[in-house]
Amino acid sequence: MEWEVVIGLETHTQLKTNTKIFSGASIKYGAEPNTQACEVSIALPGVLPVLNKEAVQCAIKFGLAINAHIAPRSVFARKNYFYPDLPKGYQISQFELPVVGKGAITIQVPAAGKNAAYEKVVNITRAHLEEDAGKSVHGAVEGMSGIDLNRAGTPLLEIVTEPDMRSAVEAVAYAKKLHELVQWIGICDGNMQEGSFRCDVNVSVRPKGTEKLGTRREIKNLNSFKFMQQAIEYETRWQIETLEDGGTIQQATVLFNPDTGETRAMRSKEEANDYRYFPDPDLLPLVISEEDKEAVKAQMPELPEAMKARFETQYGLSNYDANALTTSQDLANYFTATVDAGADAKQAANWVMGVLAAKLNAADTSISDTPINAQQLAQLLKRIGDNTISNNAAKLVFEALWNAEGSVDDIIAAKGLKQESDSGAIEAIIDEVLAANTAMVEEFKAGKEKAFNALVGQAMKASKGKANPAQVNEILKKKLS
Amino acid sequence: MINSSLKQLGNMLHAKKISSVELTQTFLDRIQQYNPNINAYISLDESKALAQAKAADARIAAGNVVPLTGIPIAQKDIFCAKGWQTTCGSKMLTNFIAPYDAHIITQFDTVGAVNLGKTNMDEFAMGSSNETSYFGGVKNPWSLDRVPGGSSGGSAAAVAARLCAAATGTDTGGSIRQPASLCGFTGLKPTYGTVSRYGMIAFASSLDQAGPMAKSAEDCALMMNVMAGFDERDSTSLNREKEDYTRDLYSSNSAKPLQGLKVGLPKEYFSEGLDASVGKVIEAAIAEYKKLGAEIVDISLPNTGLSIPVYYVLAPAEASSNLSRYDGVRYGHRAAEYTDLMDMYNKSRAEGFGAEVKRRILIGTYVLSAGYYDAYYLKAQQIRRLIAQDFVEAFKKCDVIMGPAAPSTAFKAGEKVDDPVAMYLQDIYTISTNLAGLPGMSIPAGFALSDDGVSLPVGLQIIGNYFDEARMLNVAHQYQQVTDWHTRMPAGLE
Repeated sequence: MEWEVVIGLETHTQLKTNTKIFSGASIKYGAEPNTQACEVSIALPGVLPVLNKEAVQCAIKFGLAINAHIAPRSVFARKNYFYPDLPKGYQISQFELPVVGKGAITIQVPAAGKNAAYEKVVNITRAHLEEDAGKSVHGAVEGMSGIDLNRAGTPLLEIVTEPDMRSAVEAVAYAKKLHELVQWIGICDGNMQEGSFRCDVNVSVRPKGTEKLGTRREIKNLNSFKFMQQAIEYETRWQIETLEDGGTIQQATVLFNPDTGETRAMRSKEEANDYRYFPDPDLLPLVISEEDKEAVKAQMPELPEAMKARFETQYGLSNYDANALTTSQDLANYFTATVDAGADAKQAANWVMGVLAAKLNAADTSISDTPINAQQLAQLLKRIGDNTISNNAAKLVFEALWNAEGSVDDIIAAKGLKQESDSGAIEAIIDEVLAANTAMVEEFKAGKEKAFNALVGQAMKASKGKANPAQVNEILKKKLS
Repeated sequence: MINSSLKQLGNMLHAKKISSVELTQTFLDRIQQYNPNINAYISLDESKALAQAKAADARIAAGNVVPLTGIPIAQKDIFCAKGWQTTCGSKMLTNFIAPYDAHIITQFDTVGAVNLGKTNMDEFAMGSSNETSYFGGVKNPWSLDRVPGGSSGGSAAAVAARLCAAATGTDTGGSIRQPASLCGFTGLKPTYGTVSRYGMIAFASSLDQAGPMAKSAEDCALMMNVMAGFDERDSTSLNREKEDYTRDLYSSNSAKPLQGLKVGLPKEYFSEGLDASVGKVIEAAIAEYKKLGAEIVDISLPNTGLSIPVYYVLAPAEASSNLSRYDGVRYGHRAAEYTDLMDMYNKSRAEGFGAEVKRRILIGTYVLSAGYYDAYYLKAQQIRRLIAQDFVEAFKKCDVIMGPAAPSTAFKAGEKVDDPVAMYLQDIYTISTNLAGLPGMSIPAGFALSDDGVSLPVGLQIIGNYFDEARMLNVAHQYQQVTDWHTRMPAGLE
């Protein structure tokens, strides 16, 4: 039987606010335990929550970005359960009436073949505001568990998809796209190591061609795309094998162990909590007016989809290039700054996504920390364009720029990379090469095309790389014809 | 002096006829003398109180005086006060020293009032007799074998026995008005959202409201001027302009100062369930109001009978969640020994909470459970709106509503502790106003003889429309100009 996997995601994005969602305590990461736990964070008797307007603005931004219905009235509810890191004994969340309703995100899913991808729309069911819990710390004190409430009350936007994804690759493509988007609109720093972006993945399988959803298991708290892919692939295989062996799937929450590459059930449905949701009487319904939405809209940056379309029309870039350049705002800004500084758009796109991206990757750094700024790169590309240097020489200049050895023109001068474009001088070099490589000349004349390239190479070598390759080609062709 | 009004005390302080230290010491001496028997206070701290009094005297000397500067007030032990043990009447919080001030504590500090101590109360404000307190029952100063009512029983006894100049209370289903009725003084539960709940330990958040407990309507108005006002730390606090609650109080030369006032009498408040002796006192009070010029209108609040069942779904639902924070993890009682986390929760909460609190946590947990939520919680919310609608209709016909505050006079300690439903019925006339969010007050209206021949106070309840406290206070004030019930004091406490 052929199986189909059905995947939906719930993503907790930590919102980039200054303070907690229901109090004035800081949410800065990495502080000493409980130094950012105010009386509200500790849930002292008598304290009350007050909604942080910044968090609401983040939710509106997200709703606008995915073209979703933004609820004019939504309600905060209490999700009741006991856990030591949950100081009130309930989490303030949204249940029946979330702030963001149905929307959609278009993703590019990588396919077999270089630069191949297909487009897919992932429907968003809802996104709601809620507070994070604290952390249990084990082992800090011998024989005891510690509770750190710095994180308690950190604002989260939980983004829930429809079960629209049909492979681990699609799920990861969605997660990456969402990760890019929330950073793009400035509501989340996207730091997965620090837990700012955490995914729960619901996985079920069913016979291909059938409609009814299989029983799902939820993989909790995936904080890397690599683990997400591994976890979904393992879970899918496990569910299919279980069913093919005549077993059944029990609804459960599972954890992924990166060391073994396996998922393991942490609790089954029978042990699941009854959260006793009810509207929080301490908070009024959240009312969002058209004016509120307009005010946020006015602060919204150009969204990646719109920018992508603009790059295609304005700069004549391919869909693939435009897509790749709009994966992050920093990248897109770098590209446009390079073009604005006078570089050719297509060449700039090639360099930004090629040489620069490879170097950034190798150096394990990001475009925001690149040592070569857009003006420098534009200057470098201009020197290729006006034939001052060859493409190969440009790569040497790029290396030197990376190492902060000076300006583009200084480096070209210092390294003597200025290309030889005097046809007389090039002719002289070629004559020498032809004289010294008669065997190659014979091979070429006998029909071996490769010998021509070898002769070009010899000429370039003889010029110490400085000869204009186009001119070398041209003159060599003339002499051999 | 102990029987003086807040205004008179203020005048004496400001004229430096007495000092705040002297006044405070007077009350502290009385507390020392009478409190061991009455048990009105849970926490006392003479040095703190006297230090505040001294500061108030310095302030008075500097001419920086407002009403209530230097006046000794008792605070219900439901309000967090920095550095004070704040127990909410529970074993669970016996070891809890509040590290911050409730909004109203700050308000009283700002005017330079003196905090005499923290008063006894039913555990987490759940009770109508003060008998659920972990710190023992409070005795009714009018008859020591009787209860003072609850849950603000300690504040009630302290006001009645003149162990403070005035006190604060909270009212979730009648916890200011029923004790005011049973102890013979004036108590006001304001419109929901008028007094900030910040720092007031939550019982049922959508119903809880703090208010003044004092000898007279005028005293309550002065207390309200300090307590009421917008607080951005409470999202349900109403952002309204600051009011002067004394503004409508006046001395009239007219024999009919309430000419034109329409007083609605809900027939449901005068039916079966009301003690005949209490009914008689209320009727006499209504007759007095007629003399003052009021016009009596018969009205109906048809859903009154549903208020207790609705309340005992909603209040426990909210309480079950509000009391989840008492888990022994961060503060409060933790069992001495336990095997694991679940055992720690179970033992700490089993030991820390009393029977009534547990009963309500169980009810609340049940009505919020999957499969029961719609039938109980949601249905109760719908009926709550019907009850509020009853009042909207009623206020089309009248300006204020009057009736009894409690169905009986003070009952004997132990009489109802084993019968929760009989206890819950104590709040039959007060609960509807909490469900509707309306203001209500109880004023001394006379005395009724008990079966065993003891003369006990009876309170007249006045219910107003939203934000109509100033008018209600004047309606009470005019009555107190022609009657002296509110000046009576229990015997043996002079």
